Amino acid sequence: MAIRPILSTLRRHKTTALLVVLEIALTCAIVCNAVFLVTQRIDRIHMPSGVAEHELIQIGLADIGKTPDEHARTLTDLAALRAIPGVTEVASVNQIPFGRSSNNSGIKLDPKQNKPTVNATNYYGENIGQTLGVQLVAGRLLQPEDHVSLKEAGQAFKEGKTEGLPRIVVITQPMAERLFPGQSALGKTIWLGSEVPLQVVGVVKNLVRPSIWNDAEAQYSMMLPMRVEDNQYLIRTAPGQRERVLAAAIEVLKKNNPHRIFWQKRTWDEVRQKFFDSDRSMTGLLIGVCVALLVVTALGIVGLGSFWVAQRRRQIGVRRALGATRGHILRYFQTENFLLATIGIAIGMVLAYGINLFLMVHYELPRLPAIYFPVGALALWLIGQAAVLGPAMRAAAVPPVVATRSV
Amino acid sequence: MFGYYLDLALRSLRRNMVLTALMVLAIAVGIGASMTTLTVMHLLSGDPLPGRSDKLFYAQVDDNLSAGDYKEPLDKQGYQSTIDLWNARQADRQAIVVESPVKLRAPQTTLPPLMLSMLSTTADFFPMFDVPFRYGAPWRAEDDASRARVAVISSDLNDKLFGGADSVGRTLRLRDTDVRIVGVLGRWRPSPQFYTVAGGRFAAGKTADFYSKPQDIFTPFSSALEFNDGNFYQYTCSQPPATPGHLQNAPCAWLGLWVQLNSPDRAAAYKRFLDGYAAQQQGRILRPQNTRLRSLMEWLDFQGVVPSDVRLQTWLAFGFLAICLFNTIGLLLAKFLRRGGEIGVRRALGASRGAIFCQCLVEAGMIGLVGGLGGLLLTLLGLGLVRRQPVAFADMVHLDARMFALTFVLAIVTSLLAGFLPALRASRVAPGLQLKTL
Repeated sequence: MAIRPILSTLRRHKTTALLVVLEIALTCAIVCNAVFLVTQRIDRIHMPSGVAEHELIQIGLADIGKTPDEHARTLTDLAALRAIPGVTEVASVNQIPFGRSSNNSGIKLDPKQNKPTVNATNYYGENIGQTLGVQLVAGRLLQPEDHVSLKEAGQAFKEGKTEGLPRIVVITQPMAERLFPGQSALGKTIWLGSEVPLQVVGVVKNLVRPSIWNDAEAQYSMMLPMRVEDNQYLIRTAPGQRERVLAAAIEVLKKNNPHRIFWQKRTWDEVRQKFFDSDRSMTGLLIGVCVALLVVTALGIVGLGSFWVAQRRRQIGVRRALGATRGHILRYFQTENFLLATIGIAIGMVLAYGINLFLMVHYELPRLPAIYFPVGALALWLIGQAAVLGPAMRAAAVPPVVATRSV
Repeated sequence: MFGYYLDLALRSLRRNMVLTALMVLAIAVGIGASMTTLTVMHLLSGDPLPGRSDKLFYAQVDDNLSAGDYKEPLDKQGYQSTIDLWNARQADRQAIVVESPVKLRAPQTTLPPLMLSMLSTTADFFPMFDVPFRYGAPWRAEDDASRARVAVISSDLNDKLFGGADSVGRTLRLRDTDVRIVGVLGRWRPSPQFYTVAGGRFAAGKTADFYSKPQDIFTPFSSALEFNDGNFYQYTCSQPPATPGHLQNAPCAWLGLWVQLNSPDRAAAYKRFLDGYAAQQQGRILRPQNTRLRSLMEWLDFQGVVPSDVRLQTWLAFGFLAICLFNTIGLLLAKFLRRGGEIGVRRALGASRGAIFCQCLVEAGMIGLVGGLGGLLLTLLGLGLVRRQPVAFADMVHLDARMFALTFVLAIVTSLLAGFLPALRASRVAPGLQLKTL
């Protein structure tokens, strides 16, 4: 296929050709980045939690009026919950992964440090690790005898005593890696602020924070051996029994103490669902925009293609009369579109890179992976060819006799 | 003349319906997308208190007890500093704000108890932030001093508990304490909920929750400290509080202080007062140079309250509009140039270049007008979709008169912009050449 005649025709339609090129370039740039954003969001939505996701239930209550003995009440609640058939583990906890409200601490490696090395979240509650179903990588999980009560720990802290304070901690592998790169964290000491030294006795694979400010620090969590009586329970059940267990749990908790409000009663899947709601809607929006952009661009190509074909009817007729086959005409328009798309894609790639740089600066996005360039190019070539096919077929159908007619 | 152009434009548009529809659709979709995001952006980045926001300031001294080279004070303050500054009464109006969860029962109703978010503040809060009242009035400064058990409730809560009737004088039970309702708010939906904004600068743009509805119940700060003791949350603590939720004597930052300063001189004087106070408290306050007095809008800007997703969507929508624009330019160009013969005849019969240019622009403008109408419908649809999104600001998304007008302005400007180049090219058509080929 000769390219020279196509180029010389395009030179006569510089502005129109330039517009098609620009449209393809912009579409290419925006769609590449939007698809990249979508994959980022999807990765985020599937962020590992490190817990037994499909086996957990969260119940949060609040007292009406005064509670004389929170300790006794918590023990009764836990015993009653444990007695429900299907329940495998229960814990009274201070917060839950992806639960949004969180208790965090600055962690130092040396108490004399000015600023903490990392900020990590504090999970409290006897049996919390076992109930969440975290995956142990090294050392051990916390056992009942390790625990002190949060109230007593607070009191001890106030009086400056070390007796009654927690002394050990279980941390996640990403956090261990950040604090002690390349070494085993087991047996090492980390400082809660400048006052409380904690020895690392266990490392778990992952345990996501309740609220995430920085995705790179999403797994910076600690489990401290402190008992809490906050009226918040985490229940683990045999898979597939959660709805029944949840209903039964509400029943027994109501029976234990009717003067309480349930402010939360949900399965952990709902927790995750809710946490990523906004990411999901943004993903939907981005996909919608990509589709709309591609459709608009394709329609633009169809529209212009049709015009060009109509404009060049006589020219086509003359070529046909001089011996060009239908295939020649078809390929002429296809090649023309391919040329325009290629220039557009080349400019689009540069633009895509520029937009990506802008997003990296303003939205802390990573660099666009190189694979997007060939895939993006291929997609636009295909769309261009599909869009021009209709007009090109119509062009190929022009009979040679047109050449002999005046208009 | 204009009527004639309009007639020509209509004929021309009718000649190729598919193409016309394509152009109208491109403009409509572009306008719809940009106006939807622009409306959301306009709602979220606007001034929550137009006309007064420049007199309102967020006062800060640095209660951060960690040693180190911190350039900014914490976003909230400790009890000691806040109370000292409040008691000094150096501002024209001043309000302490703190939010806490509270259990509520309405003894006269059969409704189950509720867990609500309560704002505890001081009497000036209401006049200072221009809060509308439906029934009753704010509590008075004496109530703050005497720790009166009074409350102001939102109209939503009033509808829920009392079916919208005047509930002033009725009693609510907050935790274990009876409080008397003194006022019911009217519709009040500041965007964002500016008076509690803090920590936004660390949120990496995930700030949609700053646009939540105001709290349902407002109580005097002094009395809430008593009846809701143990339920207060810290913004941050340098050491864990001895009694969780009781923060008066703990090394914690948890309170915000807003002041109204009616003139720039008063603001400058208040800043000097803050500096003086921090310097005097050196020792307890580690970095006395870290005082700030940001105006309301400066504070919102510093906290970066507009969610980054919304910004991103706005960029995206305008990229989209640009593509639609290129599309329309290309199609119009092809369309006008194809009519070279017709234009040549008109030129030969005496039409000036200007006349041809105007005629083509009228045609482009008509596409813009119809596209604008379509864009308006799509904007309404888009805003409807935003309202169904799980975000805190969903309920207040609407198209106001200004944005309504802007939709059409944007549509016409876009299509005139799109029509400019094609019209220019069309008006340059050499009549002789065209006539020869006829």
